[in-house]
Amino acid sequence: MDAVWGAVGKLYGEYGASKSGLTMIDYDAGQGFAVIRASLVAIDMVRAALASMTRIGNKPIAVHVVSVSGTIKALYEKIKR
Amino acid sequence: MRRLYADLHLCPNLNDPKHVSALISKASKLGYRQIAIPLPPNCTDQEIRQIQKLCAEARMDFASRIDLKPRTPNELLSHLRRIRRKIEIVSVLCDSKNVSRQAAKDRRVDLLNFPPTDFRNRFFDMAEAELASNSVATLEIDMKLLLTLEGPTRARLLSVLRKEAGIAEDFHLPIVLSSGASNEILLRKPVETAALASLFDLSKESALEAVSKNPVAIVKRNREKLSPQFVAPGIRVVRKGKDC
Repeated sequence: MDAVWGAVGKLYGEYGASKSGLTMIDYDAGQGFAVIRASLVAIDMVRAALASMTRIGNKPIAVHVVSVSGTIKALYEKIKR
Repeated sequence: MRRLYADLHLCPNLNDPKHVSALISKASKLGYRQIAIPLPPNCTDQEIRQIQKLCAEARMDFASRIDLKPRTPNELLSHLRRIRRKIEIVSVLCDSKNVSRQAAKDRRVDLLNFPPTDFRNRFFDMAEAELASNSVATLEIDMKLLLTLEGPTRARLLSVLRKEAGIAEDFHLPIVLSSGASNEILLRKPVETAALASLFDLSKESALEAVSKNPVAIVKRNREKLSPQFVAPGIRVVRKGKDC
């Protein structure tokens, strides 16, 4: 989650990051899958920040948004489908 | 109607078929349905067929592309005369003002590319945009550097891109967003590429068009021109024979 905060902070600064309302809901390290809650007004900001991530520490990575939903319940249903 | 997404600038190592295949299948997984790979000038038909086969296996449409780096306008004209009827997409890296102007007004040039980090040699200004808007050239922006650069250099690049995207929109010049990716890590989904474009103030709708409608239109237009039935814009041979 530090990496995500770092990416938002790098692109939009502390002021922008404070608007994003980022919270980690779920994380599966095995599958490389995470559920992150973000403020609706900052959704494009978070999407861009996630897309801009290219490494965590020294490890090269790429983060892709699988799905976006208004509620966590609907999100899990969408992903299951 | 669902958008058809295209990435007109994938840069795999063409000497390594595994790498080409991996990059193509990754692009397919991310939702692209049309890609273009810059080919070297001495590329054989067999190599092109090999890439087409890999793309067909990944349910992708492949468009041939060449990146020209002319030093003078005359050199550009001579390159264009030689390759325009063979290649579907012609991109010109404009690193001098004379070349930029010639490329912008030449209807055989599809994509205008500018040196990514050499900010003094980016000649995309209002004059360039006006010339390009009267021809068919499109401004291409590679997203690779937005991902790889950091700190003040990225801030400067964003500032330049913001200015250029604004000028392009003022002159109704289409923009194409390409990945320029040479490895899978640098590939992003089309929607993510569009989200990254918000960093240089491109609206969501324009950014989505820049990864779908605009690149697809270039390939469609050029394929029509390269087809044997093409006579002139809007005129094509429908039927040949004695009863015509």
